[in-house]
Amino acid sequence: MSDLWPRIEPLLARVEKPARYIGMEMGTEPGNLAPRHGSGRAAFLLIYPDTYEIGLPNQGLQILYELLNERDDSVAERAYAPWTDMEASMRAARVPLFSVDTHRAAADFDVLAFNLSAELVYTNLLNLVDLAGVPVRNEDRAPSHPIVIAGGHCTYNPEPLAEYVDAFVIGDGEEVISELAEVIGAWKRGGRATREAVLRELATIPGVYVPSLYDVEYDGPVVRSVTPRFADVPAVVDKRTVADLAEWPYPKRQLVPLVEVVHDRLNVEIFRGCTRGCRFCQAGMITRPVRERPEEQVRTMVKEGLRRTGYDEVALTSLSSADFSGIEGVVADLVTDQEGTGGVGVSLPSLRVDAFTVGIASELQKVRRSGLTFAPEAGTWRLRQVINKLIIEDDLYAAVDAAYSQGWRRVKLYFLTGLPTEMDEDTLGIAQLATNVTDIGRKYTKQASCTVSVGGFVPKPHTPFQWFGQNGVDELQRKITLLRNAVRGTRAQVKWHDPKATFAEGIASRGDRRIGRVIERVWRAGGTFQEWSEGFSLDRWLDAMHAEGLDPDWFVTRHRTRDEVLPWGHIAAGLHADFLWQDWQAALAEHGLPDCRWTPCYDCGVCTDYALEHVVASPLAPAGGSQGTGQDLSGPAVDVPVRFLGRKPPAVVPAGGAAVPSAVTT
Amino acid sequence: MRGGAANPVRLRYTKLGKVRWISHRDVARALERSFRIAQLPLAFTEGFSPRPKVSFGLALSTGHESEAEYLDIVLAQDIDLDALPDQLNSGLPEGIRIVGVNALADRAPALQEAVTCVEWRVDVAHADLTDVDPQQLRERVDAAMALPELPTTKRRKGRDVVEDVRPVIRRITVCDERSTHELRTWVEMEMSTQPRGAKPGEVLAAIGDFTDIRARRMHQWIERDGARQEPLDADTRPRVPNAYAS
Repeated sequence: MSDLWPRIEPLLARVEKPARYIGMEMGTEPGNLAPRHGSGRAAFLLIYPDTYEIGLPNQGLQILYELLNERDDSVAERAYAPWTDMEASMRAARVPLFSVDTHRAAADFDVLAFNLSAELVYTNLLNLVDLAGVPVRNEDRAPSHPIVIAGGHCTYNPEPLAEYVDAFVIGDGEEVISELAEVIGAWKRGGRATREAVLRELATIPGVYVPSLYDVEYDGPVVRSVTPRFADVPAVVDKRTVADLAEWPYPKRQLVPLVEVVHDRLNVEIFRGCTRGCRFCQAGMITRPVRERPEEQVRTMVKEGLRRTGYDEVALTSLSSADFSGIEGVVADLVTDQEGTGGVGVSLPSLRVDAFTVGIASELQKVRRSGLTFAPEAGTWRLRQVINKLIIEDDLYAAVDAAYSQGWRRVKLYFLTGLPTEMDEDTLGIAQLATNVTDIGRKYTKQASCTVSVGGFVPKPHTPFQWFGQNGVDELQRKITLLRNAVRGTRAQVKWHDPKATFAEGIASRGDRRIGRVIERVWRAGGTFQEWSEGFSLDRWLDAMHAEGLDPDWFVTRHRTRDEVLPWGHIAAGLHADFLWQDWQAALAEHGLPDCRWTPCYDCGVCTDYALEHVVASPLAPAGGSQGTGQDLSGPAVDVPVRFLGRKPPAVVPAGGAAVPSAVTT
Repeated sequence: MRGGAANPVRLRYTKLGKVRWISHRDVARALERSFRIAQLPLAFTEGFSPRPKVSFGLALSTGHESEAEYLDIVLAQDIDLDALPDQLNSGLPEGIRIVGVNALADRAPALQEAVTCVEWRVDVAHADLTDVDPQQLRERVDAAMALPELPTTKRRKGRDVVEDVRPVIRRITVCDERSTHELRTWVEMEMSTQPRGAKPGEVLAAIGDFTDIRARRMHQWIERDGARQEPLDADTRPRVPNAYAS
């Protein structure tokens, strides 16, 4: 039976949020999808290994969904991790993992393709493969089983899942997905010969890494080498990069879910890549260079998207949206265009910290100004130079002053703790910043408040901090306590991420192949949904490490040396190891590095090696931001321009309330 | 006071099939999106934070279906009401369909107060989901209806409360149909909604070891001065805009 719905529906009356499992999003056509199966087309099940509400909005997955369904030779459906109550019901009723589109069993697809955006979902991947009725380890799968593929930022260190995922796809997926569909479709139509045959074929596609075709040798605990077993298998797998975003105006038909999800709005990606050079930020390092979408295409995608979806909010997404050339004009026109048509909220996630940005934000949020978020990331200028987040304090205060003076009541500040060279004065600096911010707010309103969110820093592969020994649980906890004590009695509030979860993330982030068995043990011990506090327990991870004879501190808190073979060394994001090492040394010397979009190239390796270049409409750095723009950072920033775009009384207002721009860049 | 030309309109819609698993709030959001897709000229409330003038009728629980749901909206200008269902339906998910529309009088009583009675068709099983013997169910229903009170435990705002559901029940008819494969047993219920209603499952649990496996609201009624009206036919306004010009 290809449609499992009659067996699924009786389970729904007894689970939380049953609508997670029904599909039916606007933009899907289940009636057209069902007949496309079983006719020699490569069938992909695109899986986001977290809840429906978190996974549905994922733009990468939606782009691939559209591209595969536009092709004649492939078909794609979607699945998400059923919550624990539903999983228990499914296992009891022997209902396997299913697609939400046509409620087809996962094992009926040719490919299970996972999006990996965070390390703590790794145990969910194993659980979902198992729930599909497919052996979790690569070596146990037969030709009749689907091929397990993974993409997404985490695949830049694929090694922890090397024994569980047949093939990894590194980098942008728009082009490579077609190449995968062709190879897998041919294998299917050819009667599905051995798995090795199709995996060998896949390994010849640029950007595809098939871990079973490589031997790993160790030198004591350290990786000595990762070597391809065949001549036609590349020694180094380079990432794929879409050179021009203008050729990929996707998703054209963003899915509109019937239930509330995160980022429940139209999302239009305005550029990909970021060269701000924040040294802790893996996304900024691995997605280079900057590729802006043409302004005209942005306008069209927004206009058509709003009309088609009925959304009353649009987010212009990127890693630092205020850096888009001509952002002011786009935003102003958007707000003006939508007047009289019901009203639309615009949000710019990942805002820079400066008053210019607040000027844009004030244009967006004309009525309900609840909260504004900035991410200074570190508490002192010294440490911000170390991490290359070059925000001078006066910039932050000007931004905050502008925000409070224009009616915002709540300012949220994001910080990382456990950064390289961090000292207690840096931690106390966070408290000082927060106090100064509330003092500025009190000039304008008695209700001014400031929330400080602190996350533990996890060093990521392919960043200058990949050699840094992460802070342990006790050290992070000590710093958080220090900060909490320092803000006691002020109007600032501190929220923090569990240092134990940070530690577990550290195990997976820079782990090698041996960590796979640890992940498997955590999963077998019941450790799914590790990103959710109700499912997480560090003891499971430590027990699993112990059982595998691995030292957690060796993987997490140890500093790496320059000559060490890193487990992800055979995966290339284009960044030269020399560049990363020099940038790491510059960090330790407290030297910032300007943004190469607007200053001469310092040859990180990406553009030169891959024959790419930045695609930006304006050669000029945006006004007002000191962050890495090469401006003189020494003087006071009293003249930071705050330009207020033409203000008209709001004729119409977003029905769902205004959006809160956030400045999270991690 | 509503400013300018205010045109209240009442809509009837269905919630059938898979979409029964979305919440009342999700239905409201889907309808509001369909208004924006159709670029419906909704009137907005005045004040600091204007909201479109939309008011929903009785809530329908997640998991329940309906042939007869209602909402009232206020339009800022006159439009062709006959074309409205098609306009909205293209932006709605399968199973939610606008099936009727009528112009509403100014200041018509709100649906939540005006509707006094609803009818359900409910597929019944034992609480452990095994089949129900219709004859046994009939006997239990007759016995229950003869009682002066039918106390049942309900969840209200996170707390267990004992309520008497007997006053809610106006009529229950047990029906069955035997095909070669299965025995289907369902009840048709007519229940009061004022001053307080009850869910079909709560009524079935009060009668005995029964639960609803599929409940479909078939009708809602406005009873006033001894007459019973379908909400689309109550408090109507002639569809000639100038008739109200003054």
